Amino acid sequence: MPLRAKVASSVSRTAAALSRAAGRGDGSVIGGWIGLKIDPDLLAHLSAGRAIALVSGTNGKTTTTRLSAAAVGVLGRVATNSFGANMPTGHTSALAKAGSTPYAVLEVDEHYLAQVLEATEPHVVALLNLSRDQLDRAKEVAMMAQLWRAALVRHTDVRVVANADDPMVVWAATPPADPAQGVRPPHVTWFSAGQRWHDDSWVCPECGSTIQRSGEQWWCTGCPLRRPDAQWTVEDDGVLDPTGAWHKVTLQLPGKVNLGNAATALAVAAEFGVRPVDAVSRLHTVTSVAGRYAQVDRDGRNIRLLLAKNPASWLEAFDMADEAPTLLSINARDPDGLDTSWLFDVDFAPLRGRQVLITGDRAYDLAVRLDVNGVPFQHVRAFGEAVRAVPPGRLEVIANYTAFQDIRAELDRVN
Amino acid sequence: MSTESLRIVWIYPDLLSTYGDRGNLLILARRAQQRGMPVEVLEVRSDQRLPATADIYLLGGGEDGPQALGAQRLLADGGLHRAVAQGSVVFGVCAGYQLLGTSFFAKGTRCAGLELLDLSSDRGPTRAVGELAGEIDPRLGVPPLSGFENHGGRTHLGPGVSPLARVSAGIGNDGVTEGAWRGKLLGTYSHGPALARNPALADLLLRWATGAHQLPPLDDTWAERLRTERRAAVAAAARP
Repeated sequence: MPLRAKVASSVSRTAAALSRAAGRGDGSVIGGWIGLKIDPDLLAHLSAGRAIALVSGTNGKTTTTRLSAAAVGVLGRVATNSFGANMPTGHTSALAKAGSTPYAVLEVDEHYLAQVLEATEPHVVALLNLSRDQLDRAKEVAMMAQLWRAALVRHTDVRVVANADDPMVVWAATPPADPAQGVRPPHVTWFSAGQRWHDDSWVCPECGSTIQRSGEQWWCTGCPLRRPDAQWTVEDDGVLDPTGAWHKVTLQLPGKVNLGNAATALAVAAEFGVRPVDAVSRLHTVTSVAGRYAQVDRDGRNIRLLLAKNPASWLEAFDMADEAPTLLSINARDPDGLDTSWLFDVDFAPLRGRQVLITGDRAYDLAVRLDVNGVPFQHVRAFGEAVRAVPPGRLEVIANYTAFQDIRAELDRVN
Repeated sequence: MSTESLRIVWIYPDLLSTYGDRGNLLILARRAQQRGMPVEVLEVRSDQRLPATADIYLLGGGEDGPQALGAQRLLADGGLHRAVAQGSVVFGVCAGYQLLGTSFFAKGTRCAGLELLDLSSDRGPTRAVGELAGEIDPRLGVPPLSGFENHGGRTHLGPGVSPLARVSAGIGNDGVTEGAWRGKLLGTYSHGPALARNPALADLLLRWATGAHQLPPLDDTWAERLRTERRAAVAAAARP
């Protein structure tokens, strides 16, 4: 590593430690930010000599990154940005902090995938899904798929692990070959993790025709784009690998969506040569991820935290949540997106029959939505009030990003 | 009303639904049902014919490609023009508002609109993102508009339409006026579930569709609290 990179890396670690000691956060962003100021190529320097997997998509990337890191861990030490700091500053900080490791698994914000592909030259990139998320500032879905596709054209050596159930991902992962320019499409391994949310993929990104669906199959009515056969699939409470062998998966994380994330993690690890039979038991070691799925006992209530940031992830959260009193909390601060329109893309009907409480900066937006949805609710001003308002037992908490962090802070930054 | 039930059509949810646009359909249907009106809801996809006999047609927001495609298909279909000629209500939001005019810009090219409203849209120097508010045309008799906008367009109104509102916060058409209306056609840059924050506007559309001069009041406690909170947020943001 060049001297400038060494200095930058060391300063970056110190800043992260100071930030944590001062109680100002996880330190996972500030350290990387300072390091990159000193050496803009620091991420590339820190990546050199490591076999790296990137994990990107709208939803599930933090959990899938954690599961993939656990699976790749069969081979040796793995650096990872496990606090969900998923932009280049976070990657820089994570790699600097980990020191020299043979492997790294990095969660990447979908907007930064092209840049991080460039800097880290990964062995594998896992593409999970693309759906509407914070549209007031994020790229619209089709544009995002186009950016991914353009990035993969420039990195045809990377091995792609991609979701066969998402038409936008399939299109992004299969840029056209151009033999005249010596461009061949990247190698893709397909997984099927299921997809509850279909409302961002009714129009073919290739030709604009309608996409039809029947069961798990989908196909474009105007061009050859269709669902590829998946080599990794979820079956019952386990995962089928490409050889047809079935592996029982026991997770400490709830919901079918996390079985899908486990299948993805096994597929990522397999690209490094890890046999699923060796990796599968490691997945059980992953508990909560940066507070997601964390359980806290307080005043006789068992509080479980579920993060839901956009329509697709709310649908998954309803699937994971028990039939128990449920607190919903909505903010619309910068990290959440300032626009609450997406609340009308979520059908809250699965909550009918449960005791529903609402809170957060934008509780009134949620109140209007639930009213139209015919879901009775009670508005509370503070988290503690919600805890007192429910009987002893499970309280499910579903919140969007900063609302989740607020509640996590109330629970002493539970991980 | 055309038949014994109120028929509401959501036009092309496969193309024009980006920001919770379904909300307007749900809100109109619920407010009609709460007044005891039977409601029939139709979601017409872009590969289907548009019925010309419904009472209310909804056009939502969309990205450039789907917006251009939606306009082409609506022009080829002709159903919406027939419906308007028969006196149906049309409510267009954002991209759906633009395509009611004579032309709009999508993916850098000028596209033909439906020519149902005398207005045209082009690209502005900046994207308009944030709270949108303003006093609504007093002839419509509804309280101020409260919404959120997210668009890159600027819309120029011709003499054949009236502005929906005078902008007090945000950009709307051009920083001065916002939205437009003529007869029973109404468009706004207040995107997505615009009616969630503007229940009086929802009732205006229902009154247009039913011919009723008045509708029984509903409990709008939560919508009123939301409007008050948003008004305070806009005022706080405007303070130096």
